[in-house]
Order: sequence, then structure tokens, then C-alpha cells
Amino acid sequence: MKSKNELLRENIIRTSGADVKKCMKCGKCSGTCPSYDEMEYHPHQFVYMVETGDIEPLLNSESLYKCLTCFACVDRCPRGVQPAKVVEAVRLAAIRQQGKNRLTPDGVEKYLDDEIPQQAIVSAFRKYTK
Amino acid sequence: MKFLYYPGCTLKNKAKDLDIYARESALKLGFELIEVDEFQCCGGVFTTANDEIATKLASVRALKAAKAAGVPLVTVCSACHNVIKQTNYAMKNDAEFADKVNRYINDGDDYHGEAEVYHYLEVLRDIIGFDKIKEKCNGALKGKKIGAYYGCLLLRPSSVMGFDDPENPRIIEDMIKAAGAAPVIYGERNECCGGYAALEEPALVKKRCGIIDESAKAAGAEALVTACPLCRYNLVKNGANVPVLYFTELLHKALSEEI
Ligand code: SF4
Ligand code: SF4
Ligand code: SF4
Ligand code: SF4
Repeated sequence: MKSKNELLRENIIRTSGADVKKCMKCGKCSGTCPSYDEMEYHPHQFVYMVETGDIEPLLNSESLYKCLTCFACVDRCPRGVQPAKVVEAVRLAAIRQQGKNRLTPDGVEKYLDDEIPQQAIVSAFRKYTK
Repeated sequence: MKFLYYPGCTLKNKAKDLDIYARESALKLGFELIEVDEFQCCGGVFTTANDEIATKLASVRALKAAKAAGVPLVTVCSACHNVIKQTNYAMKNDAEFADKVNRYINDGDDYHGEAEVYHYLEVLRDIIGFDKIKEKCNGALKGKKIGAYYGCLLLRPSSVMGFDDPENPRIIEDMIKAAGAAPVIYGERNECCGGYAALEEPALVKKRCGIIDESAKAAGAEALVTACPLCRYNLVKNGANVPVLYFTELLHKALSEEI
């Protein structure tokens, strides 16, 4: 029987639609990432760690919530790996666990001001909450 | 000429100027935006995971309305455009995903990405033509140095968006030129402002916006234009040195009768 970790790895790869095997570890994705300084694990590490099945550290990392979905890594990867999709699939695996929602309707209020566009709020919920 | 129009929730609320000036300028340029009946919010970001169905249904419904009406679906907000365009691409190219969505909606009219999606700027470039703006332009913006701020969502992922050259775009600069002003090119115009991290990670957004603002200022921009309410909010909130306008406001200024 496949281990839980192997099942999770396969699920992340399948639902992300990214091709982690094609990565040649050039680091270009991480070099272009606007959140690089804030991340513990960088986009190229997400790709490598998912490929090798080292997923647990990613699941518990704050790095999941630093990705801005700017798609710079997707556009600039010379191998078409699409790292942002890997980050997203791992994040979904994390927040789909019971009690792991990052943002709650009560918790969001402290972030709001009069000018903030609805778009920011719905986007954050879409990203951080299931 | 008529198009179906998906304004999105923010344009009905905090970003009313983006919407109003889009509609008024359209009429001056000879086209009309007819709002999708009872549109629902697209959610602001496209979830790339292919097992997410529910979060994409609002976009599919708007796309189906355009298919039924036989006209292109037009967006103005960068984020709506990104979500709807990526959803349409998935409906067209991912048969398994489309099948799940069609089974869920189950209205006897399966959808496979038949509708065409245009951003307002693409309508100006590809259908109306920037020359039309030049023709109607009042000269009020002559000599004004304007920087285009693209951000990310209009351009990327470029294989799906097909909007412009993602590393060297020109569509907004061409609009600025047609509106009688002088476009200013600066390095950070297609880099991310930090987006929705504004809620949880204001320091990260502040850093990004500072870099963008500095880059625009150094190139001599007197104002920036954007298509995204969140880009504008982030830049203004973080103390941009120059005014940040919606591209539709600029267009409206150039087309207005009273100068
Ligand atoms: S999509 Fe996320 S990981 Fe990729 S460059 Fe942007 S912020 Fe970094
Ligand atoms: S840019 Fe592409 S090939 Fe290079 S490390 Fe990142 S994912 Fe791998
Ligand atoms: S992108 Fe924004 S404004 Fe547009 S509908 Fe979606 S959330 Fe609302
Ligand atoms: S630049 Fe900022 S708000 Fe604009 S599209 Fe990118 S993240 Fe979104």
C-alpha cells in the first residue's frame, strides 16, 4: 500500500498541473520572486521538495502564505515547470485540513480600512480559507 | 457596437471611477457595455488547482452568458480579467475539468470555452483602434508624463492571457500616446505590488510599492495609471510620490468636451 505521504505527493502533483520533473534547479523562479526575502522555502525548493516527497516541512511553513500569485515564476521559468501552481497545491493541502483556515470572518476585521477594495478581501479569503 | 460587460464587485463599490469612466468613454468611442445580468463576484484570484470547481462557477456563468448573447465578454478590472480568462482557458483546454463543471451546472448547454474574452484595453487596441482615441482627443493631456503600471494579472501567465509581451508590454503606453500624453517607461511597471498580502503582510506590500514608486519617479513619471483597484490602493496607501489614476480616468480626461 502507498504511504500517506506518497498519496499526498501524487495528489499535489496531479492537482497542481505542474511538471516538477522538468525542473533543472536553475533558481530563476526564486530569483524573480517578489516574496523571496519573506520566504523560508523558496519557489525552487517547493518544486524540489515536492518532487522528492519532503512535503511535511512545506505544509507547516509560513512560506505558503507569502506567495502573491503574481505568476512571475510561471512566466520566467525556462522549463515551463510552473512553480506557483506547486505552491498553491501545497497550500490547499494545508488549509483543507480541519481547523487550518488561515483567515476567519471575525479575524479579518482588524485589517480593514475605509478604502480597501473588496477585491483584496475576497482574494485573501480565496487564498487562505476553505 | 455592443459587448457584454463583467464589471466585478469592486467596480460597483470602491472603484466606481474605474467603471463609470469606462462606460462613458466607450460611448464616446462608439461602443456600449451591457452589464451581465446578476453577475457574481469572480473571487479575485484564480485557483490554479484543477480539482477546484466551486470557486470557478461565477466566471463560467458570465462566460456562458456571453456565449448565449453571441458577443465578446469585456472586463475592466485586471483581477476579474485574469480570473475569467484563466477559467475560460481551463474550460477550453482541460476536458476533465470542463466535464466536472458542466455536470455540476447541468443546464443542457455544455460550455467549452466558446466565448471570447477581451479586456477593455484590448477592445481599444484590437476592435476600436487607438486612432479613434487620437481623432477624438481634446489635447488636454499634452506634455503630461504618464507611467503605465501593469502589475501582474493583465500579463501573466502570458501563455494564457495573451495580452501583450509580458516583459516589454506597450498597450497602455499606446493608449497614453493616443490620449495625447507622453508615456514614460520604467523598469518595475510589470512587477507585483504585493496584491492581497495588503491584509496580512503590509510590510511586504510597502516594500514592493516603494520599489515601484521609486522606479517610476526616477523615470520622470508625473502620474501612474493602472487597471487594478488593488494596485491603486496599495500604491496610494504606501505613499506613492505621484498620483495614481485608473486608465479609464485618463481616457475620459482626453475625451471630455470641457477641458
Ligand atoms: S507566484 Fe508566488 S512563488 Fe511565484 S514568483 Fe510570484 S510570489 Fe513568488
Ligand atoms: S525556474 Fe524552473 S527550472 Fe529553474 S529552478 Fe525554478 S522551476 Fe526549476
Ligand atoms: S476581481 Fe475583483 S472586482 Fe473583479 S469581481 Fe472579482 S473580486 Fe470582484
Ligand atoms: S500588481 Fe498587485 S494588485 Fe495589481 S495585479 Fe499584481 S498583485 Fe494584483
